[in-house]
Amino acid sequence: MNSKNRKEGWRQIKAAFAVLLLLIPTIFVILPIILLATGSVMGTGELREYLTPVFGESAEFIRWKLVPDYPTFENYGKLLFLTPQFFVLFWNSIRLTAGILAGQLLVGVPAAWAFAVYKARGSKALFALYVVLMLLPFQVTMLSSYLVLNRLELLNTHGAVILPAVFSTFPVFLSYGGFRAIPAQLFEAARIDGAGEFTIFRRIGLPLGKSGLLSAMVLGFLEYWNMMEQPMAFLDDKALWPLSLYLPEITWVQAGSAFCTSIITLIPAVFVFVLGQDYLEQGIIYSGLKE
Amino acid sequence: MRSKRKWRFTWRSELPSKAPSGYGRGKKDRKMFFYRKMFFYRKMFFLFLLPSFGGVLVFVLLPFLDVLKRSFSTAVTGQFCGLQNYQTIFTNTAFLLAVKNTVRFTFVCIPLLVVIGLVIALPISRLKDGAVIKSLYLFPLAMPTATVVVVWKMFFYRQGFLNLILTRAGEWTGLWGEVRTDYLGTGAAFWVLVFSYIWKNTGYTVVLWLAGIWGISGELLEAARVDGANGRQCFFRIVLPNLKGSLYTIVILSFLNSFKIYREAYLVAGSYPQQDIYLLQHLFNNWFVNLDLDKMAAAAVCVGGFLFAVIMLLQRMWDRQD
Repeated sequence: MNSKNRKEGWRQIKAAFAVLLLLIPTIFVILPIILLATGSVMGTGELREYLTPVFGESAEFIRWKLVPDYPTFENYGKLLFLTPQFFVLFWNSIRLTAGILAGQLLVGVPAAWAFAVYKARGSKALFALYVVLMLLPFQVTMLSSYLVLNRLELLNTHGAVILPAVFSTFPVFLSYGGFRAIPAQLFEAARIDGAGEFTIFRRIGLPLGKSGLLSAMVLGFLEYWNMMEQPMAFLDDKALWPLSLYLPEITWVQAGSAFCTSIITLIPAVFVFVLGQDYLEQGIIYSGLKE
Repeated sequence: MRSKRKWRFTWRSELPSKAPSGYGRGKKDRKMFFYRKMFFYRKMFFLFLLPSFGGVLVFVLLPFLDVLKRSFSTAVTGQFCGLQNYQTIFTNTAFLLAVKNTVRFTFVCIPLLVVIGLVIALPISRLKDGAVIKSLYLFPLAMPTATVVVVWKMFFYRQGFLNLILTRAGEWTGLWGEVRTDYLGTGAAFWVLVFSYIWKNTGYTVVLWLAGIWGISGELLEAARVDGANGRQCFFRIVLPNLKGSLYTIVILSFLNSFKIYREAYLVAGSYPQQDIYLLQHLFNNWFVNLDLDKMAAAAVCVGGFLFAVIMLLQRMWDRQD
């Protein structure tokens, strides 16, 4: 009796210990956010005091206070009320991301449906091609895209970023996973009942494959909210740039503005992450499982 | 009389039993139905696939032919020059350096990430609600790159936080003096990138490992325990072999994500970073900006072809696993 209780107690201690050990790396996750949050409420004077060691050639170290001495929202005020560029770029980001996600839904989901439901002679080879295209880094196809966009005269417009991304094969892959999970008997039953193929897609495929679609959307949002290479390569006009490219433009003299912009860029991403975390996980799992 | 209505696939059992040939159940009719069904499915397949594949053709495949053509001509005049561009890139020091760094990064990061992910996933799989911990690990995926880079700069500059912590630790234990390593300006920059990659992608990997671990049927493990296997034997003989499928998946996806590290590298160190982190993507970008399109075309064909071969190989191995 006694030894059983002791064993149970020991196991609980081990479990608690394991949890603690697992929480340690999460400090690395939370720390950046705390730094940014505290930095964004510090005034310019305080920031300069803490940060000049880093950017001058002094012998001191960077200093920081977790609770700032003189907290102030002046940086937020300056950013939100006195910098129109910020809003232009913010809406650019929204426009680009929304455009890309909508396009991917329209184009990629039917393609995923085709791969998942219909067997045709070339489908396996085409799917392998899609996987290869998904895994190629942007720089390999950068030149090809540039040439086409040049010929279509889309360079330096938002279309130059939106169009190639709409035809990306990654959402096809994720939605495919979602559709594969639907049992094929449902389709056969629907066909016996006289449903046409588009009706099956609309009434059965879409509702049941929703998790795959939403995971594609969540992962897509996180990817395109952050995108950097495409706008840099295809958009010359800085007024068309998304928010993700604004930060590097801020010099360290305006460090407060950099922190505020970071936090504000972070908020929609966190929002989508929190709402869609279950779908995100499903998406990661779908991108993993083959069948 | 056969009606001229548009043909539709119908179940054999619903056909009129006394129909004329063409609607009957003879062998020839059955074959015809089979092929009609196949043709119908094929038509539907291409119909649904068309928008996506059309775009892929227009934006990726066809232009790649143009790139192929350019790789055989000079940049400025467009004359045909054979394999000259290929010769140029293979003797170009920047290209060789970039290839070396990219390969080194891939071979260091992927095993590290896979192992760390597994080491973290195993304890979580035994916990009852690892949901909160999983969320915390997944969170770096949501953080925008530019945001993260600001923090990395604060950490890894010569007077940054990391050196501060190390110096204080050194003073406290009396073991070493001031630590002034310039992480971003020396070879240590490579490890900064590795750290950033692992930080960002551990959550992804943990989720995949967890999916694999939880997919192992509990009965197998119970049966093993009944037969007297202890924890270690269970792990090495049952859990690990069943995770082979997940391993292939994780390797491929980590490979994909390893290319994205270019963003952090560019934002932290610019177009011409320290030698050890000069990656292929930096090179391509610089060629692009300088309009060295012929070299870029040749390199794109080489790298694209190589990756294509590698991925097809991995796909083949992956297929054989099932």
